[in-house]
Amino acid sequence: MEMISQKNFLISEVLNLAQGESYSSTVTEDLKVLRNEKIEKPIIFVGAGTCGLGAGADKTLLAIKEYLLTNKIDVDIIETGCIGLCSSEPLMDIQIPGKNRISFEKVTHDLVIPILSTVLWHNIIPEKNVLGQFTTGENEQWDNVDNISDHPFFKPQNRIVLQNCGIRNPISIEEYIAAGGYRSFLNMLKTYSPAEICDKVELSGLRGRGGGGFPAGKKWKFALNTESDQRYLVCNADEGDPGAFMDRAVIEGDPHRLIEGMAIAAFAITATKSYVYIRAEYPLALKRLNIAIEQAKEYGLIGKNIFGSGVDFEIKIKMGAGAFVCGEETALIHSIEGKRGMPRPRPPFPASQGLFGKPTIINNVETLANIPTIIEKGEDWYASIGTEKSKGTKVFALSGKVALTGLVEIPMGTTVREVIFDIAGGIKGGKKFKAVQIGGPSGGCITEENLDIPIDYDSLLEVGAMMGSGGLVVMDEDTCMVDVAKFFMDFIQRESCGKCIPCREGTRRMLEILEDITHKPANGGSHPALKRFKGITQIEKLAKVIKETSLCGLGQTAPNPVLSTLKWFRNEYEEHIFERVCDAGVCTELRTFTIDVDNCIGCMLCVKKCPTGAIIGAKKTPHFIVQDKCISCGSCELACKFDAILIN
Amino acid sequence: MKDRTEEILNKYANADRDSLIPILQEVQDIDGWLSETALTSIGNHLGIPVSKVYGVATFYNQFRFHPNGKFHIQVCRGTACHVLGSATVLEELQRKLKINVGETTKDGLFSLEIVACIGTCGLAPVININGNFHAGVTAESLDGIIDSYKEKINN
Ligand SMILES: Cc1cc2nc3c(=O)[nH]c(=O)nc-3n(C[C@H](O)[C@H](O)[C@H](O)COP(=O)(O)O)c2cc1C
Ligand code: FES
Repeated sequence: MEMISQKNFLISEVLNLAQGESYSSTVTEDLKVLRNEKIEKPIIFVGAGTCGLGAGADKTLLAIKEYLLTNKIDVDIIETGCIGLCSSEPLMDIQIPGKNRISFEKVTHDLVIPILSTVLWHNIIPEKNVLGQFTTGENEQWDNVDNISDHPFFKPQNRIVLQNCGIRNPISIEEYIAAGGYRSFLNMLKTYSPAEICDKVELSGLRGRGGGGFPAGKKWKFALNTESDQRYLVCNADEGDPGAFMDRAVIEGDPHRLIEGMAIAAFAITATKSYVYIRAEYPLALKRLNIAIEQAKEYGLIGKNIFGSGVDFEIKIKMGAGAFVCGEETALIHSIEGKRGMPRPRPPFPASQGLFGKPTIINNVETLANIPTIIEKGEDWYASIGTEKSKGTKVFALSGKVALTGLVEIPMGTTVREVIFDIAGGIKGGKKFKAVQIGGPSGGCITEENLDIPIDYDSLLEVGAMMGSGGLVVMDEDTCMVDVAKFFMDFIQRESCGKCIPCREGTRRMLEILEDITHKPANGGSHPALKRFKGITQIEKLAKVIKETSLCGLGQTAPNPVLSTLKWFRNEYEEHIFERVCDAGVCTELRTFTIDVDNCIGCMLCVKKCPTGAIIGAKKTPHFIVQDKCISCGSCELACKFDAILIN
Repeated sequence: MKDRTEEILNKYANADRDSLIPILQEVQDIDGWLSETALTSIGNHLGIPVSKVYGVATFYNQFRFHPNGKFHIQVCRGTACHVLGSATVLEELQRKLKINVGETTKDGLFSLEIVACIGTCGLAPVININGNFHAGVTAESLDGIIDSYKEKINN
């Protein structure tokens, strides 16, 4: 079908259909074509999200194109988003007419020719690199190939938000519509009032996925019920938590889902204008979102008087400029207004007084991406997934020292153990699990004894962690927990906007205390041990003050990583303070350097390199390190040519 | 440089304060950094004191006030990358290039910046050079990466 006739066909035969009306049989067949279930020539799909490209998908793509060109094979290539299995990238799927789509993992450019030639020429599946097959419409199964839905990584998942990611073409509105997209939105325009949509979302139990967990429908009602001539909807795609990439994956892999969710939310609060505030660090997501918005405009799904309903809706994109605090809603508003992104006290909450002083609803990408399915399948269906107080699914970004890294979408109530050991295949390299950090710089860690708690908003809080945005960074025995705490403190201290003193000064002091613990004093110092000990007794008090008196969520949660590691790994802190050792070997400045007198020839090289003059000795006699002066920088080890420096 | 700023400003005729950050971003996109002249003309155009423009620009990590190297290296210092050793990668880069974060090498080839999470945590540790991602970087693999960019200049 030509583009134009495709559009007319989809508008008249699909989008204009009344609710519940089903397609005629010819339309059903045509839609199968658009959904790539009935194809006439082979299709090659390449996972080309940022993570895929990082793993070399661009080179794989080039190799595919070259192969097709030299062999004059007519094949369609589709670049998808990320299916979630980052550790198996680059991913390449092949679908030949009449057969199921089949997915190959770790397809680096040199593997392209062997795989393509066996599949395309001989219709045989090679033994290596096969991830599994997708059930694709009524196509024939491949023998002896596992179903991807049975793969341990995918089996426990329940993909609502991620259902299209890595599978469908993210920048084809035709495919999105052919798969049922935008019908929820249009049906809703005809059938429901804004208040009814707010009710539905409230009944579904959907809570904000940006960290706070506030019930979405309830928040919408505040804005809807505030008198005003203009209301705004803002999608928070700032995703500042280092270690989280769910929102990026959703926008790169299924931007139309976000647009539809935003259109529904905007209708529910009668906002005609909306913004997406997206990180500048996500250029690919930005590009695909722009394309998708243009497509939706062409179809009349964004603009004035949408499908004759009298409803207007527009989306503007605002790029973030690299400030973590701008994920906080009032700071984000200031940033859109062109000001320094500093938070302000709440109340008034943005729902009553937000962007340009008007009622504004700010929701996270994942929250909004749930909405189309809630409207399509109903609030009861959604509320049947998850636990009593946390409904639906949550997407997590798994990274760190696990065997499989990537994105998983699991029903609320799944245990942390299932996620790490069943889905992600346990710890990499057979090492021992130590902790998993959840909730980023505002969160805490979960240790072995709490691995069986169900993941939901309340259970996580009980063990001193929090849901946060969904970053799960797994740590093993080689990770030093004091170092992790220091890492977060350093991050927060740099990102504090400086407006309120507890956060600006307090986080700096906390960092200094942690640095004292993990460094050696430069000149011996007179009472360092006492100082370190005092520091750690003060840190808890300081943490309390920062939590209670900071202006915004950044400061109020900043001490969490320290408090949480202190709670579960107090012994590690004590080792650093009293014994001055770091068992994991991460805090390099706590290493002890000595000189092996048998190997030292007395060349003076290390003496010259030592920045603190801690090494003494004369030419041609073995040298000696004065421990009180040594800061463990390791310069001597780099300088020595005779393996005479011992470290432990 | 002045003309290019003017060109961008012309696109924002009658713009309000909320266009400030997009304008700064566009100017930096074209010039690679924000010069004093550019900041002054932006302020004049929007009717905002230059001190305010500067105040906004310095608040955000994205904006730079001196030119970058030909190859701009962003080192991710997010959580996942940290746990897998990005601190060592950063140290090694600083040693190799003999510059600190925020500086440019004398030959103008490389500049160094740290960013918090590029969103590819599954491939940590990650560095990004002029938009190209390098995954699973180690202190050892840096040599090859840096050399490959140096070669680009020679060819
Ligand atoms: C310091 C800080 C950073 C935040 N960063 C984000 C973020 O990157 N993305 C996000 O969706 N919410 C972030 N939030 C939460 C938002 O303020 C807000 O609660 C959220 O966007 C509301 O959407 P939701 O109800 O759909 O979760 C952050 C909050 C704080 C205090
Ligand atoms: S932590 Fe480095 S890419 Fe996310």
